[in-house]
Amino acid sequence: MIRRALTSLAALAALAALASPALGAQPQASVAEIESEVMCPVCGTLLELAESPQALREKAFVKRLAAEGRTKGQIKDALVAEYGEAVLALPQGSGFNLSAYLVPVIAFLLAAAALTLGVLRWRRSGRGGAEGENGDAAGPRGPSPEEGERLDADLARYDL
Amino acid sequence: MSVSVRSSIAVLAVLAVLGLLVYGLLIKGSSGLAVGEPAPTSPLPRLEGGGEESLSAFRGRWVLVNFWASWCVPCKAEAPELERFQHRHGGAAFTVLGIDSRDLSGDGREFVRRYGLSYPQLRDGDGEAAHAYGTSGVPENFLVDPRGRVRLLVRGPVTGEYLRESVAPLLPASPS
Repeated sequence: MIRRALTSLAALAALAALASPALGAQPQASVAEIESEVMCPVCGTLLELAESPQALREKAFVKRLAAEGRTKGQIKDALVAEYGEAVLALPQGSGFNLSAYLVPVIAFLLAAAALTLGVLRWRRSGRGGAEGENGDAAGPRGPSPEEGERLDADLARYDL
Repeated sequence: MSVSVRSSIAVLAVLAVLGLLVYGLLIKGSSGLAVGEPAPTSPLPRLEGGGEESLSAFRGRWVLVNFWASWCVPCKAEAPELERFQHRHGGAAFTVLGIDSRDLSGDGREFVRRYGLSYPQLRDGDGEAAHAYGTSGVPENFLVDPRGRVRLLVRGPVTGEYLRESVAPLLPASPS
């Protein structure tokens, strides 16, 4: 019994030892992915598209850090430390840079609200106009009794 | 909301957009630094040793501000000429001041060691100082007088001949 329990414990410990590096590991940095998300500061283009001498040095720097096992975030931080925030193709989502993400969303919401208000007001004014002219709700209206009588008389006159 | 208020808001919005466009154009067009103008003095980190330094710390001396980068091919030919000139004229009245621009700091330090550069070196990783000086590349050189004004400007590498014939005569008590 004790022997079986010890064996089970040993098996569990072995499994945990195998699993822990996989669980604790950071996602491996993809050089191609990073190059598509950072700029070549001299060329003003994405690093993946740049072939200038400065870009080649920057690519080598990214490759070296990736080979050292640094994560994508760590490599980007290292690039920012070297070249400043402008090296990021997309600004970081904190501080003033957050406005780059918030402003378009707020602008879209404001535009949608303005459009909705405009449509509602237009529909209301259209209905109001119809009510103003006829004194009742807009829509097809049948002939009055006098009009009906006149219509019958006219039709009888032309009845062949 | 009355029609006049709505019209005013629309006009203000159009003016704001136009203002932004004009501001952007002015910012883009105002990049050139001319002879006679005061040289920018924003502090920059030292390439080695930590801390910051500004051009204003050299007020009272002639300073040849040299923008360079380790990946720049002409800078490799220029660096030994600048070091020779510094060795000959550097002192209380003159210094070369290197600014390593848009470069990896490790590469910049390696460049300084390889060429045995003894003059002070600052770091301009994001290129803000280069932009303030209106550079369009590296190397570029600005001779700044003791009052902090640009006296000579070379958009490209300086040669030994240029340094001897154009810079040296301006320096006080230049040894021949």
